[in-house]
Amino acid sequence: MTNNKNGDYPLYANRIDSLRAASGRALHDLSLQATLTEEISSADYSISPQTLRAQAEVARSAGYPQLAQNLERAAELTAVPNETVLEMYEMLRPHRCSFEEYQELARRLREEFKAPTTASFIEEAGAVYQARGLLRTDRF
Amino acid sequence: MSTAATTAESTSDARSRRFSILAERDINRETYVEEWAEAGLTVTDSPYDPLPGLHIADGQVMEMDGKNRAHFDALDLFIADQALDLSVVEEAMATPSHQIARMLVDINVPQPAIRRLAGGCTPAKLCEIVRQMNVLEMMMGLGKMRVRKTPANQAHVTNWRENPALLAADAAEAALRGFAEIETTVRVARAAPFNALAILVGAQTGRGGVLTQCAVEEALGLRLGIKGLTSYAETLSVYGTEKSFVDGDDTPWSKAFLASAYASRGIKVRFTSGAGSEALMGYAEQCSMLYLEARCLLATKGAGSQGVQNGSISCIALPEALPGGVRAVLAENLLASMLGLECASGNDALASHSALRKTAKLMLQLIPGTDFICSGYSAIPKQDNMFGGGNFDAEDFDDWTVIQRDMQVNGGIRPLNEADAVAARRKAAQALQAIYAELGFPPIREEEVEAAARAHSSDDMPERDMVADLAAADRFLGSAANLADVVAALHRRGFEQVAANLLEMGRQRVAGDYLQPAAIFEDGFSVLSGINDTNDYTGPGSGYRLEGETWDALQRIPQQKSPRDFIDAQIGDPLPNLAEISPARVGANPNEIVVAVGPAYGRSLVKTIGELDHEAVLEALLTGVAQEGFYGRVVRVYHSADCAAIGHTGARLSGSGIAVGMQSRGTTVIQKRGLAPLNNLELFPQSPSLTLEIYQAIGRNAARYAKGLAPLPVGVKVDNGARLRLIVKTTLLHRRETEDVQEKAPQELYFRWEPDV
Repeated sequence: MTNNKNGDYPLYANRIDSLRAASGRALHDLSLQATLTEEISSADYSISPQTLRAQAEVARSAGYPQLAQNLERAAELTAVPNETVLEMYEMLRPHRCSFEEYQELARRLREEFKAPTTASFIEEAGAVYQARGLLRTDRF
Repeated sequence: MSTAATTAESTSDARSRRFSILAERDINRETYVEEWAEAGLTVTDSPYDPLPGLHIADGQVMEMDGKNRAHFDALDLFIADQALDLSVVEEAMATPSHQIARMLVDINVPQPAIRRLAGGCTPAKLCEIVRQMNVLEMMMGLGKMRVRKTPANQAHVTNWRENPALLAADAAEAALRGFAEIETTVRVARAAPFNALAILVGAQTGRGGVLTQCAVEEALGLRLGIKGLTSYAETLSVYGTEKSFVDGDDTPWSKAFLASAYASRGIKVRFTSGAGSEALMGYAEQCSMLYLEARCLLATKGAGSQGVQNGSISCIALPEALPGGVRAVLAENLLASMLGLECASGNDALASHSALRKTAKLMLQLIPGTDFICSGYSAIPKQDNMFGGGNFDAEDFDDWTVIQRDMQVNGGIRPLNEADAVAARRKAAQALQAIYAELGFPPIREEEVEAAARAHSSDDMPERDMVADLAAADRFLGSAANLADVVAALHRRGFEQVAANLLEMGRQRVAGDYLQPAAIFEDGFSVLSGINDTNDYTGPGSGYRLEGETWDALQRIPQQKSPRDFIDAQIGDPLPNLAEISPARVGANPNEIVVAVGPAYGRSLVKTIGELDHEAVLEALLTGVAQEGFYGRVVRVYHSADCAAIGHTGARLSGSGIAVGMQSRGTTVIQKRGLAPLNNLELFPQSPSLTLEIYQAIGRNAARYAKGLAPLPVGVKVDNGARLRLIVKTTLLHRRETEDVQEKAPQELYFRWEPDV
């Protein structure tokens, strides 16, 4: 089924030896035995930023550039803790933040989480929210 | 009061019986309204819909669909900057819309050529393309543009009592029936972790690789995913106007961020949109549902969602109230596919009271095939569906599998026999019982397991302490316990295969192959997506074909029988008291009636289709003849198995010129010499309805005709369903009779029996 156009897709079939979870655990070491004898955290079955970027590349070469960008933002967001990701989502909902708060969020993503693509995306949102009256207001 | 007025009044008072009956039909329980563009009540063509147009300067969209960038709302900006492929917009917008519409139907134009152009189309341009198409052309387009070559289906599994054992059992059955995704939701929000766990365990018991989700509020949904309890999310709703988007408490950017957040945790994402939501929210801005959906789809694509569930979804009754509503819903499925979005094509929420109307609508997605024919087939009865009832539910499983078998179409549901279903349901409930015991959740009792194995709905389940379950679900959500603990619990209790499948879901998450467009797992966790299962339809013989093992499996419904033993009841040894004595001669006795029987009568076949003994039937006929003082002669016709030919031959041989002709299956005719073979005095084609009393009356009437009387024809109750039920048997009985046809003259038979009159 696989052809050259798809690179190594599916990665599970073609790159299993090099696949690692977000925790760094090799996929080979995520076994039934391990669940009995070792402490397995959710990071042990979470996708790593490297794998997300590899999947982004697969999507881009197959003609899905927006999906590729999404997966690249996702790769960046693997560094952001669960609760923080949810807080960021909440901030992006309409009428939640000031323009400056979005700029601060973008700075934080860029510096603290090394997430430049997502940071630019947030800046773009902030500018649109400002133009369209979607920033926080004290009206209600 | 004038006479004319009185007449008019009495006419209006008296209802037509027919119209009264029509008014009571299911189809007339729905609402139908005229279009009203200003209220957003128009499906594909509002006079306020903008015309296509695009202007680019310095690599930026400056004008789109008649609006200047300075006037763009947030949605316009998102579409212009995130969704449109600027490298192709000029070519796409310059290509006449009717030409792209024709490419969709043209088998010589492959999917990628259209997908490339669609990437450069504005919302108004997309609408202008599909507006040119009728439903047949849209179906052609959909079959070609569907992202994944192999069609599939998604199930809903919920129950009103939130009973975990029943959820697991129903998920196992749904997985075994072939659904590629299973979605649950909650009646009580706090039940979410347990419901997600129950369908995960159930699904992986039924078939490894089924993707599952729990539709709840986003933050909770993400937490369930992170815990490893779900693998996809599809309730990320988008809307076609800025105001409805904001009313939904989101923007395209917040939804895109959420999509990335899910993907960052290895969770497949599908957005939700569909005709009518903006009108329902009061912000349609006078535009057609199709135009607003085109905007939704471009927002979905721009956000990087791999797919969408559309086809109106929960608003379906609104477009269906309007002219062309079902066509519009197909049009939006087509648009999604053109844009390269996996399409879960609706057919989920209750769309009609009428079974005929529901099925007719379904054909638009079932026949071309979509990535998921239903964005939720209710694999449970309606009363247990916490999504608000399903358009098709567990009681329609057999209808669905028969329709697939009729059309050789794969609608994503496999036939399933009762023993396999019950075994998988029991195993799933037992697996969940083991997990509950190992993790210290409120115990699942043996009687719950057994009830879940055999239940149809939650009415069949024993009571369970929901308060205790909710408290335990809270603790589970708050704890560090995750997928690995569930796997270990299953393994310790001996559910190795279920444990292995659950673990494999975690391992697949590490690989992320199912994040690609339209990804599902086939048996053995083999991933199928738009990347490695690309839709290569280019006309007959190409693209997806239901054949080979899958077609074998889909045609093998449990109701199917071997036809080889269908007529065992009719086959027997020749009647000992019916002997052939000589070639039959033309009779001279004006008081005789010939009873002419078919070549197999009383020889290889000994009963009629209604299982009357041939011997008893002959006795009844001859008794009737004798009651009128006539004499009956029995003759066997060899040269034909046809009822008319048997009767015609009998009449030719009869001294009175009247004969009763009868096939072995019991079909009978009263014939008169001189009438054309296909004309007759009385014909009794409904052999299954014939009784011995009727055969006796036939004998009597035959004699009365011979007397020159004009008897009242024998009345036989019409059974409209007889042919429907018995046509296979009829075919095989007739085949058996034709096997006995010989080039041989009719033979006189001696029937050793005396009428008792």
